[in-house]
Amino acid sequence: MSRHWEPVVGIEVHVQLATRSKIFSSTSVEFGAEPNVRANLIDLAMPGALPVLNEEAVTMAVKFGLAIDAEIAEKCVFDRKNYFYPDLPKGYQISQFELPIVGRGQLSIFLEDGSVRQIGITRAHLEEDAGKSVHDRFSESTGIDLNRAGTPLLEIVTEPDMRSAAEAAACFRQIHSLVRWLEICDGNLAEGSMRCDANVSVRPVGDESFGERTEIKNINSFRFVERALNYEIERQIDVLEAGGEVVRETRQYDATRDMTLSMRSKELSDDYRYFPDPDLLPLRLSSEFVARARSTMPELPQQKLERFISDYSLAQPVAVRLTRDPSIASYFESTVALGADPQLSANWLLGEVAAALKREEKDYADIPVSSAQLADLIKRLQDKTLSSTLAKVVFEHIWTSDGSVDEIIERQGLRQLNDTDELRTLVQRIITDHPDQIEQIQSGATKVMGYLVGQVMKASQGKADPRQVSDLLKRMLNI
Amino acid sequence: MKPFIGVQELRNDLRAKKYSAVELAHFYLNRISELNGSINGFITVDSERCLERAALADRQLAHSNPHPLCGIPIAHKDLFCTKGVRTTCASNMLGSFIAPYDATVVKQTAEAGTVSLGKTNMDEFAMGSSNETSWFGVVRNPWNLNCVPGGSSGGTAASVSSGMTPLATGSDTGGSIRQPASLCGITGLKPTYGRVSRFGMIAFASSLDQGGPLAHSATDVYELLAAMEGHDPMDSTSADVENTTLPAGDRSFVIGYPESLFDDLDSDIAGCIERARLQFEALGHKIEVVELPHIDAAVAAYYVISSAEASTNLARYDGVRYGHRTEVSEDLLDMYCQSRTEGFGLEVKRRILTGTYSLSVGYFDAYYLKAQKIRRLVRDGFLTAFENVDMILAPVTPTTAFEFNSMKADPVEMYKQDLYTIPVSLAGLPALSLPCGFVNDLPVGMQLIGRHFAEGEVLAGGMAFQDRTDWHEHHPTLESASAL
Repeated sequence: MSRHWEPVVGIEVHVQLATRSKIFSSTSVEFGAEPNVRANLIDLAMPGALPVLNEEAVTMAVKFGLAIDAEIAEKCVFDRKNYFYPDLPKGYQISQFELPIVGRGQLSIFLEDGSVRQIGITRAHLEEDAGKSVHDRFSESTGIDLNRAGTPLLEIVTEPDMRSAAEAAACFRQIHSLVRWLEICDGNLAEGSMRCDANVSVRPVGDESFGERTEIKNINSFRFVERALNYEIERQIDVLEAGGEVVRETRQYDATRDMTLSMRSKELSDDYRYFPDPDLLPLRLSSEFVARARSTMPELPQQKLERFISDYSLAQPVAVRLTRDPSIASYFESTVALGADPQLSANWLLGEVAAALKREEKDYADIPVSSAQLADLIKRLQDKTLSSTLAKVVFEHIWTSDGSVDEIIERQGLRQLNDTDELRTLVQRIITDHPDQIEQIQSGATKVMGYLVGQVMKASQGKADPRQVSDLLKRMLNI
Repeated sequence: MKPFIGVQELRNDLRAKKYSAVELAHFYLNRISELNGSINGFITVDSERCLERAALADRQLAHSNPHPLCGIPIAHKDLFCTKGVRTTCASNMLGSFIAPYDATVVKQTAEAGTVSLGKTNMDEFAMGSSNETSWFGVVRNPWNLNCVPGGSSGGTAASVSSGMTPLATGSDTGGSIRQPASLCGITGLKPTYGRVSRFGMIAFASSLDQGGPLAHSATDVYELLAAMEGHDPMDSTSADVENTTLPAGDRSFVIGYPESLFDDLDSDIAGCIERARLQFEALGHKIEVVELPHIDAAVAAYYVISSAEASTNLARYDGVRYGHRTEVSEDLLDMYCQSRTEGFGLEVKRRILTGTYSLSVGYFDAYYLKAQKIRRLVRDGFLTAFENVDMILAPVTPTTAFEFNSMKADPVEMYKQDLYTIPVSLAGLPALSLPCGFVNDLPVGMQLIGRHFAEGEVLAGGMAFQDRTDWHEHHPTLESASAL
């Protein structure tokens, strides 16, 4: 990227709330049902049908507001957003326009380099999702599936506070983490539980005013947010540097070609004829209601993060990763509570465990190893029963089958070779067997030392501690 | 058996086994087949289900404690959804629409034991004051078949007035119960907004629509209201209040008289209401002159608000899921346009266009927001008046029933029909429309407007008046109707 340009990014995240039923009807919300079986007469917009607000959705929105330290509106209003589309059965979407339920708030985002940034949240409002148009099931015509119609959404809008694609991705990730943490969304990006729109412009470094922006719609992964924005930022800079102008428009990210494409021009802005929905009275939230919502909230990731740093002396990036997801955080805490060293526990969770999960495409919630097993493993590392190499072997065992760590160590004979006499004999044998290499070491080629340590490790079947072997070799060779 | 019998007498006769509910249903079905050809009050007559329901009522009547309205026939305005029986809203758009569910009003009245005869005619989507906009043809006024019955509950009012049903439901958005009741010489109540559930009542203007009863007397209206009202969790605007009760004893009320409303009123109509005022005084009620400010702006505000709401309420009729869909279309937009062009009548289109306009960017503040401000001022004016009076006596309509097509040229003239009813709707107040005289052999009505949820008081006022007068006992002869 040219150094003379600064990108300005704001995002809008649509979060599908994990309520049992839809926002204005009693139909249960379920992914993957047969088309149109999850649609009652309200979702189908039958003549005479009326919406009734789902209190659970309201509670979830309030929890989000409280988590970002935002003002919760005492009175908020549902509006009709009018437009015709076949998957919008009423011909309008019930949303919130002028008076949203959640006002201004703040969110901390954590970047790869360990720095923290505060991002302003402009607002968050409740609305209903539309149905789906199915284009690939019938030839010559489009199918309409209204199962999704009426699913509650919380639309979170940020300030244009981000200055890079990485920051925008971090913000999306942080919102993802927070809503999962609050248990108000399942966070399943592949099933469309969260979608991100990004508004982006570029301006010469030092400028106060914003450049003309484009909006990239419906991005459904952290990686794609970063890639789409990087592409779009480059594209805008190229346009401007070639003397052109950025056109205000909606664009779409094509992941296979890794580029953004123009969807429609926004020069003539749509007139949605918003007005308060007369079928729903203004929603007034009592302080008791808000207090009740607050009382059911877990410790927030930000609070937990600060506690992890102070209580366990963890580095901030480590604490950030441990608090990204409620299941990993609670796993970490129960491991430590069982006596495992916090630093080692963190290393294992973010290292071996993360790698194994990734390999098997599993989630932290599905770790097949109990926190008690992991704590035992770490304790055997702490008391030097296991070397780190052996610990990985034991880990593979407990990952794939049941059994206690100590049993596995005994049964498989995986105890670390800590007896010095035994080890000394082994080292002596290697010295005797490798006269050429010893000569090289003694004439200054210390790199060969590594080879000899390897030979000892091999002879011990991995049970020796490599550091101890190295020390012993040095002492016995007087170097 | 004879028509025009009140609920109390029907109930006594049914319980005394003077006739069965099935015989009663047959009597009304016969009368409908005799008269409906000329009156056109019914869009759908459902004889088969009606007789089944009547037979069920007879079984219930054989047991002790049958429901209060058990076996008594009723008709529903064709905007209340009825499961299995078509609900048309008098529109080509819903000409063959069969709802998969019953409106709360339909469900509750059935639970009270009523026997539904069918669905009554109305102005298309309840938009109109003359019942001339129905896709199923005009309704004729039983008092003079060359005149309109009023609207939009014209079919309901004409059916009650001509004795084709003793009870019927209607809906009132800007006067749609009170004005046709007045023009047809019957009694009708627009309840307080929120008193009767709107669930299953096809929407015209959601913030104003209110279902209500029409019958031959205030007593019968009260009986039917008891079956219709009540809090409904399926309607977020339904009020969670006590059901209507009549005030104890013979209360004397302070009745407000908004003198300025009578200034421009036809002097014969004003004379009828003036005599009613004297009657109230003779009954021991006190009359006090009240002012109702901002009334002159109410009609304009009403047409902005109701059309705005209608324009989006009617967006669901796109031909995709139900209702009329055009036969051939080029693409999606064309399908929408053709289906709606063919499905809706002129008046409905006029309101959709007006409403869309007033909600558009650049016009919203000048129209919709300003209309909402007027609405609040009108409401405040009533509330101020109610600090000194218990109810207000007012005209219902500026004219008696008028001839067909006499107002078609100028829609605003037609809109002015609701000059006296609209302010009450904007304020969400209850009002009883009841007959109080005749001018040139056509009925004249008056309305008693009450405080929010004070239906009991206006009904008591109406009952007291009807105890001493017989205007509500005049019925059209219908000789010409049967001859047609």
